[in-house]
Amino acid sequence: MRLQLPNPGLEDRILSHEELDKLETEEAGSGDRPKWDNKTQYMLTCVGFCVGLGNVWRFPYLCQSHGGGAFMIPFLILLVLEGVPLLHLEFAIGQRLRKGSLGVWSTIHPYLAGVGIASMFVSLMISLYYNTIMAWVMWYLFNSFQETLPWSQCPLNYNLTGLVSECEQSSPVDYFWYRETLNSTPDIGENGGLQWWMVLCLVSAWAVLYICIIRGIETTGKAVYVTSTLPYVVLSIFLIRGLTLKGSLSGVVFLFTPNLTELTNPTTWLDAGAQVFYSFSIAFGGLISFSSYNSVHNNCEQDAVIISAVNGFTSVYAATVIYTIIGFRATERFDNCLGGNILVLLNTFDLPEGNVTESNYDQVLQSLNGTHPEVIQGLNLKTCDLNTFLSEGVEGTGLAFIVFTEAITKMPASPVWSVLFFIMLFCLGLSSMFGNIEGVLVPLQDLGVFPKSWPKESTTGITCVLCCIVGLIFVQGSGNYWLSLFDSYGGSIPLLIIAFCEMVGVVYLYGIDRFNDDIEFMIGHKPNLFWQITWRFVSPAIMLVIFVFYFITKVTETLLYKTWNPESENFPTLEEKPYPAWIYVIIFILAGIPSLAVPGTALFRLCCDLI
Amino acid sequence: MRCLRMLVRILVLLYLAGAPALAQTLCQPNASNGYRVRISIKTALGNQAYEWNENEMFLFRATMAFAMRRYYKTETYNVDNIIVCNQTRRVSFWFVVISPENPTMLIPKADVEKAVSMSRHRINNAFLLTDRTLEFLGIYPTLAEPVNPDTPPWLIVFGVVIGAVFAGIIALLVSSLLQKRRKEKGMMEDGQDEEDRQMKGVENGINLDGIYNRGFTDDDRFTKL
Repeated sequence: MRLQLPNPGLEDRILSHEELDKLETEEAGSGDRPKWDNKTQYMLTCVGFCVGLGNVWRFPYLCQSHGGGAFMIPFLILLVLEGVPLLHLEFAIGQRLRKGSLGVWSTIHPYLAGVGIASMFVSLMISLYYNTIMAWVMWYLFNSFQETLPWSQCPLNYNLTGLVSECEQSSPVDYFWYRETLNSTPDIGENGGLQWWMVLCLVSAWAVLYICIIRGIETTGKAVYVTSTLPYVVLSIFLIRGLTLKGSLSGVVFLFTPNLTELTNPTTWLDAGAQVFYSFSIAFGGLISFSSYNSVHNNCEQDAVIISAVNGFTSVYAATVIYTIIGFRATERFDNCLGGNILVLLNTFDLPEGNVTESNYDQVLQSLNGTHPEVIQGLNLKTCDLNTFLSEGVEGTGLAFIVFTEAITKMPASPVWSVLFFIMLFCLGLSSMFGNIEGVLVPLQDLGVFPKSWPKESTTGITCVLCCIVGLIFVQGSGNYWLSLFDSYGGSIPLLIIAFCEMVGVVYLYGIDRFNDDIEFMIGHKPNLFWQITWRFVSPAIMLVIFVFYFITKVTETLLYKTWNPESENFPTLEEKPYPAWIYVIIFILAGIPSLAVPGTALFRLCCDLI
Repeated sequence: MRCLRMLVRILVLLYLAGAPALAQTLCQPNASNGYRVRISIKTALGNQAYEWNENEMFLFRATMAFAMRRYYKTETYNVDNIIVCNQTRRVSFWFVVISPENPTMLIPKADVEKAVSMSRHRINNAFLLTDRTLEFLGIYPTLAEPVNPDTPPWLIVFGVVIGAVFAGIIALLVSSLLQKRRKEKGMMEDGQDEEDRQMKGVENGINLDGIYNRGFTDDDRFTKL
């Protein structure tokens, strides 16, 4: 006897299997529900949604900081136990109930409508700030069409006597990112006003998104042929280029060298679980929508396995490519550091050139230290260690806009590589945005916010314009700090809650028996023991564990944020400041409202039913 | 007479012997009017590095004399006016410039600096070196004027992209509008046909589309029997 919560009236709300078959034959070519032109479009859209910026700039950092090759073990285990079952669940339920996320959860039980509303809120928050990252990528892309890249050298100061001091103290790439792109203020409280160049880039990012989603999946399906395949082409080009650069192999070796002791550290497993979860874009509602446009007998089990495999492979592939370039950069820095030290020694002791080389540097230094220790002390020679340079692990925007751009300036024909890199980032982000926006638009339609008579073009247009206007928060001087805030709190805790509710809702409210029968009807065979165990016990347990640990970590940590403050003492190191008090309200709105929407809607419906 | 000539010869010999010594005392490390030069040929040229020898030193002195001539716009400076001392294996040395009119007078530091700055490019090129590999310690290289285009290049790319995107959006909106209008017109025409057909059959209230009434047939002519 399986555990099944009482769910009266479920039969009335869903189409039976016979009705579904009838719909399938009738609806061929007509009907107002959109359909995929072919299977390829559907697969490319899902792959594009799952494969995003996180595969490029979060996974390599996690891999390198949690024991290299050893990180693959928790990552792959959790991919199989957590990612694939959740993905299959979302695909199957969308295909069966043939509605967007709000429709699916209200159909399963009216009290569960809160899950759909929470999905919509989360998708909305993330769409707002994600497109700002696209705007930054576009800014760098527009600036790449110059012979000397603007972030390769410091600009001259006002009276042309020297370089700008802020740039001289930090580095040209840092200066270009913090000053010429963001025009960052030293504090989240100072908003610094709108930066006009970023406003233009934000408008262009939303305009490109609008043209791709203007008619829903009719236009999105065509756009994904480019946006989902181009990143792989560019990654391959970078891999070939990277492997021919000096020092690239040391980067790859550093990335994959296993350190098995890291497996005993619980943070490694937690980070692996969180990475699998966020990388699959589950709980956004977009995947449920996309799957609902399929035909009823589409093999969703096969799709889930294929997409999970592609996602995992892309993470590893992107990490390899990124680390060839990081290895090159680290070797370049190491050579410069050592070269600088050698020059200082030659100049101080008037030795002929070529006497001190990289190979005999240590010996010469030791012998000179023996004969003239005070002089050597006074020189303040830097210690140059390749491993230190390699482990300057950076993630997120720092990786793309500071570390990678610096590496590109050192490669011959830099503008070409810069253009390719930023087009790749743009395609990765745009294809993820398609899923995010789908998760916003379909619930809005289901809620009846827009009248049914309005054409699709106008509903998407209005949504894009409103999101663009609200997104102006992120193009102020303090925009970067707001973005990190939204990223840390808006996109983390609510998703875990939604995913947990999804699993419990389908398995225990909809009924695992009914779900098994549905899948047998759709794809021809019942889901095997692996799916049963993972859906009923393993995956919800993993979600719960990750949620509890994440919640505890977030709640107990002191809220600090890193600022770019040219007047701080340790400049150019970012200054850590505590958040002002009113930020706590914002954090509550970001994380609390979607999470509370789940019980809140249930209570609201309960009250309405009782009255 | 012979004594006088001998005296003059001795004096000339003494002067010739003493002049270099005098010159040497003028050139000293950390001299107030001297500059230190540091040359890094291997760094600049790698495999094609040439050997630094007396001939190269001669070229250096000649180039410096050229720089002084160019600055003062006279033709009085010569290789002898550039004095070099304290050469090391690093390849670095000190040099001073003495005035052609008065061999005991050194050209002040500021003037030497201006002369070097003016002809820096020519001096570098004579040795196939750059500002970093042929260093005059104390004279900073003048920074290159940045090339400032009138329109920043990124605005041009932005204009192209946004123009293309807006053109695409307008094209798509117009095409969907035309499609909708065509569909509406198609439905209206079908409705018009239906109405026309109904209109044809009504005249004076009597429906002319009635059944054939056999009571009014013409076969009376054939049955007059």
